[in-house]
Amino acid sequence: MKQVPHEIHLCEDCAQQYLNQDEPSPASEPEEGMMVKLQLDAGDKELAELDKNVCPNCGISFREFRSQGRFGCPHDYVVFGDELEALLENIHDERQHCGKVPKRAPSDSQRQYQLIKLRSELRKAVAEESYEEAARLRDEIQAMETALSQGTGDAD
Amino acid sequence: MELDDLTHTSGEWLRGTGPEADIVISSRIRLARNLAQFPFLSRSDEATRAEIEGLLHQHVSDLRLPQPLTYLDVQKMEELDRRFLVERQLISRELCESSGARGVGISSGENVSLMVNEEDHLRIQVLRSGLALEDCWEEIDRIDDSLEDKVTYAFSEQLGYLTACPTNVGTGIRVSVMLHLPALVMTKEIQKVYQALQKIHLAVRGLYGEGSQAMGDFYQISNQVTLGKSELEIIGEVKDVIPQIIGYERKYREALVKEKRRDLHDQVSRAYGILRTAQTISSEETMHLLSSVRMGINLGLIDDLEIPTVNELFIHTQPAHLQKLRNSALESGERNVARACYLRERLASSNDVP
Repeated sequence: MKQVPHEIHLCEDCAQQYLNQDEPSPASEPEEGMMVKLQLDAGDKELAELDKNVCPNCGISFREFRSQGRFGCPHDYVVFGDELEALLENIHDERQHCGKVPKRAPSDSQRQYQLIKLRSELRKAVAEESYEEAARLRDEIQAMETALSQGTGDAD
Repeated sequence: MELDDLTHTSGEWLRGTGPEADIVISSRIRLARNLAQFPFLSRSDEATRAEIEGLLHQHVSDLRLPQPLTYLDVQKMEELDRRFLVERQLISRELCESSGARGVGISSGENVSLMVNEEDHLRIQVLRSGLALEDCWEEIDRIDDSLEDKVTYAFSEQLGYLTACPTNVGTGIRVSVMLHLPALVMTKEIQKVYQALQKIHLAVRGLYGEGSQAMGDFYQISNQVTLGKSELEIIGEVKDVIPQIIGYERKYREALVKEKRRDLHDQVSRAYGILRTAQTISSEETMHLLSSVRMGINLGLIDDLEIPTVNELFIHTQPAHLQKLRNSALESGERNVARACYLRERLASSNDVP
């Protein structure tokens, strides 16, 4: 629906106030935790089920997580794994980390992430019909897979 | 360094230098990290909180940074001092308002702050003046690496760094650039910027982050997605839109100067005049007028005032800063008088041409 423009006459101060209130206010955005809450609305029947799903580590139920928008411990990500997938995809559009990896994590895992990235680049190259690039990526992936399966991954 | 030493100084990130510093106030990156062997804070009792705080306090204090670091026990701090640190952008409102064992490590130049027991066990923040996201990343990555040598972070191969809130999981990174956009606000073009950024999943927030108002025409642009992209990709996405926004702001400033030079000059001069002569003035009016004056300096309409002075006044005229400067608790009405007085002093001395 098209809005009809209307004219108003204001002094400088009132104009300023008018502009400020009319401006999209970042303050009216729901807080991060609230967003999680809203995205997780479900029926009463499901709630009883969600109450049963409890982390053995910290004791938080999925329902409690839902109402607070905060986890109780890192293990919750494993315990609530299935329920979380849709939520994470909703927030981030992705379900696989591909950034920094702590040095203490196994060195192989870094290569796993590289493989994930290379495979998605390969899909993209094929879709864009960049066949030279696709062939190069396929070779790189194969080389890396061979190295991983032979356990010659990292000397350190 | 004592907390009170900060009262009369200002952080390096306010010095008004760095690329595009007429529009870009500062660049900031923060990382959210948690220790693998403890529950998150919502499920930590007092003893656990204290244990986490003790451990991280030690490791934060042991960090070797280019500038010396001071660790402050936020739990033992007066409310005024906590608010002072919030105004200073060194701690979050959450760390200020929560309870229990918590603290913050601050570098002497105020570029680095490490918050312990905020929403996550550890929040590392690096700030720079102007548009300098790569510098922020280099430094924060190094700090993160040296902590990683000492502690085991909660991390999963699939989901990356595990955080108390699922909106931070993965990289745990928040990349923000603070912009001063008076011309876009004046012409109402800011709405278009706001909508365009939302479409590409970037958030627009006010001066003090989540849920705060866009005071003094300051806007913070930051990423929302933290999972499925590398840190450098996320930094790149924020960085890529900044030149466009700067371009818009410059375009509308030029148009204002060209088409309404006299009106603009009048508005800027009046703003300057009020700030130099008012006897009582609210925080909101101060922010609004300082914003005009700041743009006036950048457009060459005011030539006897420096940008770093204005940047500093934005911070020093806020409630907790004023009370620290006056060394006494002040009611809102008293603050308005103290604020006007402080502004008159500062703006008079800056005009003392030798």
